[in-house]
Amino acid sequence: MPDPVIQVRGLRYTYDDGTVALNGIDFDLYPGETVALLGANGSGKTTFVLHLNGLLHGSDSVIVCGLPVIAANLPEVRRKVGVVFQDSDEQLFMPTVLEDVAFGPLNLGLSPEEAIARARKSLEQAGIASALHKSPYHLSAGEKRRVAIAGVLAMVPDILVLDEPTTYLDPPGQRELLALLRQLPQAKIVVTHDMQFARAIASRAVFFEKGKIAAAGSVDELVSRFHWRSE
Amino acid sequence: MAAYFFLLCGSVLLARLPLKAILLRAAVVLPFSATFACVSLLSGTTERAIGIPVKSFLSALGVLLVVATTPLPQILKALESLGAPRIALLVIQFLYRYLFVIFEQAQHMRLAAKCRGGFGGGHRSKFKAAAGALAVLFGRSYERAEGIHQAMLARGFDGHLRLLSTGRIRAVDVAFLTAAVAIPLAFRIGAGR
Ligand SMILES: Nc1ncnc2c1ncn2[C@@H]1O[C@H](COP(=O)(O)OP(=O)(O)O)[C@@H](O)[C@H]1O
Ligand SMILES: [Mg+2]
Repeated sequence: MPDPVIQVRGLRYTYDDGTVALNGIDFDLYPGETVALLGANGSGKTTFVLHLNGLLHGSDSVIVCGLPVIAANLPEVRRKVGVVFQDSDEQLFMPTVLEDVAFGPLNLGLSPEEAIARARKSLEQAGIASALHKSPYHLSAGEKRRVAIAGVLAMVPDILVLDEPTTYLDPPGQRELLALLRQLPQAKIVVTHDMQFARAIASRAVFFEKGKIAAAGSVDELVSRFHWRSE
Repeated sequence: MAAYFFLLCGSVLLARLPLKAILLRAAVVLPFSATFACVSLLSGTTERAIGIPVKSFLSALGVLLVVATTPLPQILKALESLGAPRIALLVIQFLYRYLFVIFEQAQHMRLAAKCRGGFGGGHRSKFKAAAGALAVLFGRSYERAEGIHQAMLARGFDGHLRLLSTGRIRAVDVAFLTAAVAIPLAFRIGAGR
């Protein structure tokens, strides 16, 4: 087996108010695979995701492409791990789409010309090049999600992490998102409550419960084991 | 003063804006400036008492004219080329971007309150409910600010804001600016004060 691109061992995290959000997580992500993160609201999925690029620090037990996620490695880790947050309104903070997508490349030290070229390319890749000069506020939920993904792709990440990416999307929007994600070669972690989506995109899944990974397996196995369906 | 007034009204008409509505809107500053005018009047400076409301009304008219005719990004670029600090401009940009988002949130909360019978009852309970809603709105805005900060960090933000471009001043802009300064200046000199 190749080396994992993300390796997490015994990760624990407690919020300031005393909430134990993660209570010993072991997890590996291998190149090219897509893993679905399932589990109830409040089971710790988002908290876990925030550790993967060092936005939260539980213990030094997260390793990304051989780099421990510690302060000294943060710029490199944040380039390698692209996180698409649940709320696009928080992710798209610049006045225009172009400026927003160019934000990451500029932070990587690229010149404005290079950053614009990168932004155009990733907007095209995400199928939303037409929105270039629009304000994020005027986009639909599906378009916002694409722009958010473009903003992350512009960093040329090795790993993509998406937190509930189908939220607010209508069925065609979900279908298009699925098609887009499938053609991206990166290893992916996808948090989702949408089992149809999980089945279609993930090669395997893990189930979060009270800050722990209660089980791992195929999406179907976990769905039947935890009765994880709405009907 | 009358000359300034006509200059501004002329510009409003030129920009095809509704004159009456703009004048009424500019008048909202009057109650505030009237208070200060009264204070001046009581302290015996009649000239200032007249000047304060007139000046504030004209300023409001000017601001409305600019805001109604110029898209925000251009106003910001102009302010930038006039040497306004970048961080201040950025704050305005963020404010503008998230004003909509917060406004939407407030609308949702108002709707939710309406569905549950609204902010009914006497003045007292109405005030209480509104204060509570405001507190929730503040809390949500705070959470959102944290979320935005995280999203910025996630894309490599290290505290130094790097922007794509700074607007260049063109010859037309210089000509316009010269006229915009020269005409009121001529009035001022002509008025002999
Ligand atoms: N900023 C915070 N402060 C305190 N507790 C939090 C915070 N964010 C999340 N939590 C708590 O941590 C637990 C895990 O939350 P989260 O990771 O958001 O779960 P999920 O994404 O699986 O819904 C929950 O009990 C939640 O209430
Ligand atoms: Mg979550």
